[in-house]
Amino acid sequence: MKKLLSITILFSFLFSIGNAFAGTVVIESWRNDDADAWNEKIIPAFNAKYPDIKVVFQTTIPNQYAASVSAKLEGGNAGDLITCIPFDQSLKLFNRGWLASLNGLSGLENYPQVAKDAWSTDDQSDIFCVPMASVSHGFMYNKDIFKELGLSIPKTESEFFSVLEKIKSDGNYTPLAIGTADTWAIATMGFQNIGPNYWQGEKGRKGIISGDEKFTDSHYIDLLKSLAKWGDYMASGYQAQTYPDSQNLFTLGDAAIYPTGSWEIFTFSQNADFEFSAFPPYKPDGQSECFVDDHTDIGIGMNAASKNPAESKIFLEWLTSAEFAEIFANEVPGFFPLHTHSINVNDPVAKEFISWKDDCATTIRNSVHIVGRGEPNLESVLWEVVSGVVNGTMSPEDAGAKAEASLANWYPPHQ
Amino acid sequence: MIFPLFDTIRISLYTQNLMGENMDNSSSVRAFIGLRNYYELFTNDNWSWHFWNALKNNTYFFLLHVSIQTPIGLLIAAFLSSKDLRFKHTYRTLIFLPAMMSIVIVGYLFNLILSNLWGIPQTILGVVGLEHIYQPWLGLKGPALITISLISIWQFVGIPMMLFYAALLNIPDEILDAAKIDGSGPMTTFWFVKFPLILPTVGLMVILTYVGNYNAFDLIFAMKSLYAGPEYSTDLMGTFFYRTFFGFQMQLGNPTMGATVASTTFGIILLGVLIYLFAFQQRVTRYQY
Repeated sequence: MKKLLSITILFSFLFSIGNAFAGTVVIESWRNDDADAWNEKIIPAFNAKYPDIKVVFQTTIPNQYAASVSAKLEGGNAGDLITCIPFDQSLKLFNRGWLASLNGLSGLENYPQVAKDAWSTDDQSDIFCVPMASVSHGFMYNKDIFKELGLSIPKTESEFFSVLEKIKSDGNYTPLAIGTADTWAIATMGFQNIGPNYWQGEKGRKGIISGDEKFTDSHYIDLLKSLAKWGDYMASGYQAQTYPDSQNLFTLGDAAIYPTGSWEIFTFSQNADFEFSAFPPYKPDGQSECFVDDHTDIGIGMNAASKNPAESKIFLEWLTSAEFAEIFANEVPGFFPLHTHSINVNDPVAKEFISWKDDCATTIRNSVHIVGRGEPNLESVLWEVVSGVVNGTMSPEDAGAKAEASLANWYPPHQ
Repeated sequence: MIFPLFDTIRISLYTQNLMGENMDNSSSVRAFIGLRNYYELFTNDNWSWHFWNALKNNTYFFLLHVSIQTPIGLLIAAFLSSKDLRFKHTYRTLIFLPAMMSIVIVGYLFNLILSNLWGIPQTILGVVGLEHIYQPWLGLKGPALITISLISIWQFVGIPMMLFYAALLNIPDEILDAAKIDGSGPMTTFWFVKFPLILPTVGLMVILTYVGNYNAFDLIFAMKSLYAGPEYSTDLMGTFFYRTFFGFQMQLGNPTMGATVASTTFGIILLGVLIYLFAFQQRVTRYQY
């Protein structure tokens, strides 16, 4: 017992020394999926240049990250670098004085303005996180099943549903691997996936912010009507199907199409033993332009109370380099660096996702910038109504009206 | 103990800028607004819908527990306390076992058991040709709350069982022997001799269930996440509080409104306990053996 106690004391000593050691930069992150990439590739690459700065990548469970990191910042025991959620969650941290302003950090000129918007104040006078990566949406499909059933890639809404109908009538596979038990999954990978094609990308997103467009407009109702038809092609009992269930359904080869975000590429390429690829979100019949979501998802900022500000800044500056962009894009495929550097990506599915941006205009999710701020929050309302529509417990018209009403509750341009 | 409670009530009288900017006319991020938060919570549709919905679900959750868990606990305890039963220690341990399991594990387990893709009810029902009555119970608006209540009842039925069992064992043999001599059968003895003697324990169990249920949070969180889906049909006061106070995903937390929800929950529990104290505990007859 005594021995155990002394070992414990010894260990806690060692750890506290380790933490206090000058030049150790601790990164707070929710990306535990990427921990290997950080520990084995990214940090060693950084240390090859700056051997004196020790970097520790420390993760929290994703859905508790926001709450835990703000509690840590308030309590003064957060790491030096804080991985930033886009928009308001991080803006709040900055407003409280917990994130340092990064104005004048060299290397910030390597990003387009739309990338910096996610971590700037509304008037763009301050930037507080270095943009890191974006994610895209689309549909992944099982190439073997498509070959077996002789299917071709659908481009329009009616082609999409005729493909689903063929898979369904064959009867061996679930056409669409997605469920509604995790409401964020269906809203993000359904609504925000095909949505930009319906609301014309940035035009519709800015229209919602300015109040010129409403969720009761016909193109939003058409979008919800299209989603309402998905239910027929999902696994039976999809109302209780969770996000991990859907992932397994697809990676086990039991489902043909998986409405997705590009972040899945990384885990799927490790787990699926069949060939898969991706096709872009389908367009309403008769529309020629296409739009894809390229959502600014991860940034990284500095704790204002950091004990190692100089070392942290060196690390942040290194993050803006082409070297980091290339390692990151290849080690964490599916997260696309926001830098303007041109880089090589080797993963074929990630390449496919990136290629859409050549032909299609990009946009970000319509529910986060400015309109994601009030109570109730638009994003949460969309999660609720979209899952209701797909479950068939809410009509597309009611869903549009509910989303509009929630916005009108606090947002003057919609009142 | 007392300080956080009163501080919560104090915070519920303030409002706060969610973006962390200072409030008008003051240097602090919070401003005093009296009972406005309570007024908003009960009347403004955006809050009140969630509040009444959570309260309604919670009441339903409690009624299911009281009307199913307590009688089953009593029944099992009655069986276990009968002298002729063999292996009673084994049964007792097995029935109490789930109460010692982590809720996260129980939630995960039942999510898998009831899964629409790899669950087992379909197979079991299929064996007897009833697979058409299988439904994705956890994903449907009506059945979801009932299903979760039943899981919680299953897990914690050991606790009333233990309490009742201990109370039943406490009844002196002389009383039971006297009943036997008077010609009372097992049923009559149970209802007219044993039950009145353990009635205070039954009351205690009901109020423990009441307090536990209105504070419940973990099982919903483990099984349905903070969205208490589908469409908030499994939302309880605990999950509603957590969403309000800490925020979730893109929604920023609102600590002052969260404190209002917490204080209201405290009020509801206090009311229940007071009713128990004055309407039940002071009137029920206690027997000294």
